[in-house]
Amino acid sequence: MSEVTQTRLWLAQRISAMVLAVAVAIHLTGIIIAIQGGLSAAEIIGRVGGSFTLAAFYGVFVLACAVHAPIGLRTVLAEMTDLKPVSVNGIAGAFAAVILLMGMQAVLGFYGLGGG
Amino acid sequence: MSEILVVEIWRGAEDGHFQSFDVPRLENQTVLDVVTYVQRKLDPGLSYRFSCRVGMCGSCAMTVNGTPRWTCRTHVSRVAEDGQLQIAPLRNLPVIKDLTVDMRNFFDKLAKAGGAFQSTKARTDNFAQIPPADPRRKQADAGIECIGCAVCYAACDVVTWKPTYLGPAALNRAWTLVNDARDGMGDKRLSLVAGDDGCIACHSQQGCQEHCPKNLSPTAAIAGLKRSVAVAALKGKL
Repeated sequence: MSEVTQTRLWLAQRISAMVLAVAVAIHLTGIIIAIQGGLSAAEIIGRVGGSFTLAAFYGVFVLACAVHAPIGLRTVLAEMTDLKPVSVNGIAGAFAAVILLMGMQAVLGFYGLGGG
Repeated sequence: MSEILVVEIWRGAEDGHFQSFDVPRLENQTVLDVVTYVQRKLDPGLSYRFSCRVGMCGSCAMTVNGTPRWTCRTHVSRVAEDGQLQIAPLRNLPVIKDLTVDMRNFFDKLAKAGGAFQSTKARTDNFAQIPPADPRRKQADAGIECIGCAVCYAACDVVTWKPTYLGPAALNRAWTLVNDARDGMGDKRLSLVAGDDGCIACHSQQGCQEHCPKNLSPTAAIAGLKRSVAVAALKGKL
């Protein structure tokens, strides 16, 4: 991997961190407000299901996670293990795919359930 | 003050051991004085490095009671714990023998980070006129007093974890040159300090500035490089 690509990955992690900072704040505020009326699957689906705005918001959230976490994992593996760079990049890439797939599945699942 | 100082000194190479010596305690005694006493009076086979003895040359750095320090300007009274000193070679560099480490990696990385000044003028040109208050000059001045002692390099955990990391001294030097209006290397130097082994590997733990005997802040220099590298990457200039 070229040094330019390495630097772009670092930059992507910094930018995704900025997105996550805002997204986590909105998410935490949202759940604190949401649990005021009790917490049940039906209530959550009633509020979240079918909402394009929330699906878009959580889509961005998942995307930022899928960018941010694997790049950090790549750094940790490179510093703390004897794995070769190709293995480190492979594991980080697979981790990104898992986060993206599981996250998007959850987001689309809730959107597909529709309101109430 | 105790009359005798018990000094443990590392002997051998990487797989060596500590050897204990009793050294007379003196007023205003530096750690380098102690090591010199051991070599001159107790064991002439002890290997260590020093030159100027006044904190200019950067050759006498060692690990004193677990902390990297310049030994010529470190008074025993400041670091001895219960009349005991443990003196070891610098961390993160291969040990040649006793207190002497192989500094090649450290100096090679200074060169690798574009540490050499690249002049844009000839000898016959006029002097560059740079006001001392110029913001970029101030940034350069903040890091220019580095004596290349490798204390920061020994203090850096990232160097331990990732031996290919350029390290605080090399990056600090690069930052002084990035801010030197007379230097002609420009964005090429930023390319040299970008990437996984460059400034972006720094975790800002600040061990370098905590231990720098000249009270410099390589952490601030590396943060400056990160900003410049980020801008250059966004502009496609790396």
